[in-house]
Amino acid sequence: MSISLLLEMAASSNPDRTAAVSGEIRLSTSELSELADGGAGVIAASGAQHVAYVGTGGVMLPLLLFSSARAGVAFTPLNYRLSKDGLRQLIDRLPTPLVIADAEYHDVVAGAGKQVITSDEFIESARTAEPATEFPDPEDVGVVLFTSGTTSKPKAVELTHNNLTSYITGTVEFDGAEPGDAALICVPPYHIAGVSAALSNLYAGRKMVYLPQFDAGEWVRLVRDEGVTSATVVPTMLDRIVSVLERETIELPTLRNLAYGGSKVALPLVRKALGLLPEVGFVNAYGLTETSSTIAVLTPDDHREAASAADEAIARRLGSVGQPVPSIEVQIRGEDGTVLGPGQTGELFVRGEQVSGRYTDIGSVLDSEGWFPTKDIAMLDEGGYLFIGGRSDDTIIRGGENIAPAEIEDVLVEHPAVRDCAVVGPEDPEWGQIIVAVVVPAEGAAPDPDELRAHVRAQLRGSRTPDRVVFRDELPTNATGKVLRRELIDEFQRSRT
Amino acid sequence: MIKNGTRLQSQVCDTQVIVVRSADSLDDLRAGGVPMVPIDAEKSADATLDPAFSDGTVMGKRYVDENGAEVLVTKAGAGTLSIGTTPLNLKEAKPLPASD
Repeated sequence: MSISLLLEMAASSNPDRTAAVSGEIRLSTSELSELADGGAGVIAASGAQHVAYVGTGGVMLPLLLFSSARAGVAFTPLNYRLSKDGLRQLIDRLPTPLVIADAEYHDVVAGAGKQVITSDEFIESARTAEPATEFPDPEDVGVVLFTSGTTSKPKAVELTHNNLTSYITGTVEFDGAEPGDAALICVPPYHIAGVSAALSNLYAGRKMVYLPQFDAGEWVRLVRDEGVTSATVVPTMLDRIVSVLERETIELPTLRNLAYGGSKVALPLVRKALGLLPEVGFVNAYGLTETSSTIAVLTPDDHREAASAADEAIARRLGSVGQPVPSIEVQIRGEDGTVLGPGQTGELFVRGEQVSGRYTDIGSVLDSEGWFPTKDIAMLDEGGYLFIGGRSDDTIIRGGENIAPAEIEDVLVEHPAVRDCAVVGPEDPEWGQIIVAVVVPAEGAAPDPDELRAHVRAQLRGSRTPDRVVFRDELPTNATGKVLRRELIDEFQRSRT
Repeated sequence: MIKNGTRLQSQVCDTQVIVVRSADSLDDLRAGGVPMVPIDAEKSADATLDPAFSDGTVMGKRYVDENGAEVLVTKAGAGTLSIGTTPLNLKEAKPLPASD
């Protein structure tokens, strides 16, 4: 089915419900639907075959998602933080695009030989345009997202209407939200979570409250002023919110659910957040761009059970990503392709209708039976809880032994003098790669490298002990909290020469 | 076999559905006891709702049969969904917490 139908259902069932709020703009579901029809008219009249968006999001995200769908063309929100060259290179890879840009980014994309209009102009034109309503084929591509490209050239992930709507209808109950429920959306618009938030909250019947530029103080204010009941944050945002809550006593009485994801959240931070917000249900969501968002969820009950468990096997699940959603199958495979059993670590493969696994210019990377290789190292426990051990690309091979950085990071971050850390493997003439722990000390702490090494050695095999420990004020991350490991490796290598 | 993504309407009530997972059984999909037709097709003028199939459909719910067929109700109506004379079952989903 087409994503257009999700909006059609919401607008026909609850036309007057507030669908989206962003700054001064408030749209009901029927207003969003009418504006999307007009927006589709604007896109159709432009003759474009693709819509690109450069901006901070807000209501522009649901509006352009649905306008593009109704015009029968694919939509790509781009990372507005990229350089002029970076943005142009990505736009050049899209077929005859109409580029819509927030006013402050207009100059960055203008003059590159593409049709460019501002977000305000688009909304203005959409209000008066002749509506268009195409019904895209369910197998047509609805959204193309560029991967963050932290390790290689960004890949263009193609998500079909079917991928996206399968995710929504498979994991979200239509109109399942309580009347008055509101979701605070602060994930970037160019990230899969930004796209799925616009679809799932509309379908569930939650008011979408947008916070385009994240700020922890503003986040707290919006939760209180808009009566926010659920929110999703990436690790760096959670860290900043926790800092605010530690500084002053703040009640967030309406907040029932706080989901975190995007990249791994260190366990000490999860425990701190649970302690500060005992009434809130925490949700750890795991997914990839290629899987149309969430494929596994650690629920609020899972969090509570793990946090209070005496049984070590249950307690450990606080560091898992929970169980796969019902519409997803998972397999852990060894290097030789055999399917591994519980407790064994290998690469995660997933299958389901929400899984695309298809890239522009590359094609599908699904195997003959439809399985997608996530390139994530993973393990399932006896209860079917999924543990993610980082990217296989990040594996350090030291003296012929494979070492997953996550294993060492999980131990290091539990040391009281460590606030954050990343373990990387720069090249080394003797060992092939060595283990370097980059540590952000806890406030006021000055940890001794040898003590940190001893801390790791006491809990893991000797071959896991960092060869070097270096300190940094903070870790370089992208907007979704992913640590830029390449940067750390380059930095270390520069310091050695 | 009917294609996934096909939209159908009832001839005797307001019900509309979209085929989420097709199966041969859907060739005899009915609403209110009367065969469903494509959403842009003419409705039969003399068809009437069979009182034996008038339990109604629920907006946004998924209905399934034993052959793996699945349809999603995109507009609710007064008729019962059935394959021939066997009613479809409401697919009960365990609600997941909001994650995005």
